[in-house]
Amino acid sequence: MFQALADPSRRGMIERLSHGPASVSELAAPLAMSLPAVVQHLQLLEASGLVKTQKIGRVRSCVLDATAMSQAERWIHQRRTGWERRLDRLGDYLNQTRDDDQIKGDKS
Amino acid sequence: MTQRCAVHATFILERTYPHAPARVFKAFADEQAKAKWFSGPDGFETHERQFDFRVGGQEVLVGKHGASHDNMVSAFHSVYQDIVPDQRIVYSYRMALDGVPISVSQATIEIRPEGTGAKLTLTEYGVYLDGYDDNGSREHGTGWLLDQIGASLESRTVE
Repeated sequence: MFQALADPSRRGMIERLSHGPASVSELAAPLAMSLPAVVQHLQLLEASGLVKTQKIGRVRSCVLDATAMSQAERWIHQRRTGWERRLDRLGDYLNQTRDDDQIKGDKS
Repeated sequence: MTQRCAVHATFILERTYPHAPARVFKAFADEQAKAKWFSGPDGFETHERQFDFRVGGQEVLVGKHGASHDNMVSAFHSVYQDIVPDQRIVYSYRMALDGVPISVSQATIEIRPEGTGAKLTLTEYGVYLDGYDDNGSREHGTGWLLDQIGASLESRTVE
């Protein structure tokens, strides 16, 4: 997913899709690249699970898969904040103990 | 309905502590020392704890979260893969919530001397598995995640 989002053009496409579904040509319009290049980026986004596409008649419609986004968001957020808290506590623990691990003063 | 998916992600955290690398390492290597800071969040009730700090050894932390986390039971099962005293610890772990696996990760802790203190770098990457019910927090997902791309390397100093 992070590889999928590493490219500014793909991030632009995600931002556009966060406002609602769009056709491939609508996604390509603001980008200075060929349609095949846009399709290639889109394939990568689709493979990452971030974007779903569906062909309706002659138009391929693209939509953001909010489920994949929010699950990844929650996972990363939980892991990060869990570690942030632990590393804070580690700092407190190190500050409150001496080299021999005895508690300084009366603090426990 | 459970939607099957596997999402891969990486994050890096850095901290500088005004303490020697050997002391920082010991806080990970010694069971009693680690229990002082590596516990569950507030309101966490420990059900099971194992600590076997050697390559191939397991660490286990199972417990129940408070009401703020829906009283979920979380289970952390890890195996130490590499240990270099005072310098490096690598372990892989599985997290489960209420018995359902939610992620499998690998974490590397590197400790390097910096001035008179130590710089700790934690690099974690893993795969998030389906099975975690999302309590309607999806609407602010896009912007938050995009911000995270830029902020994935964070540097912070603890005095």
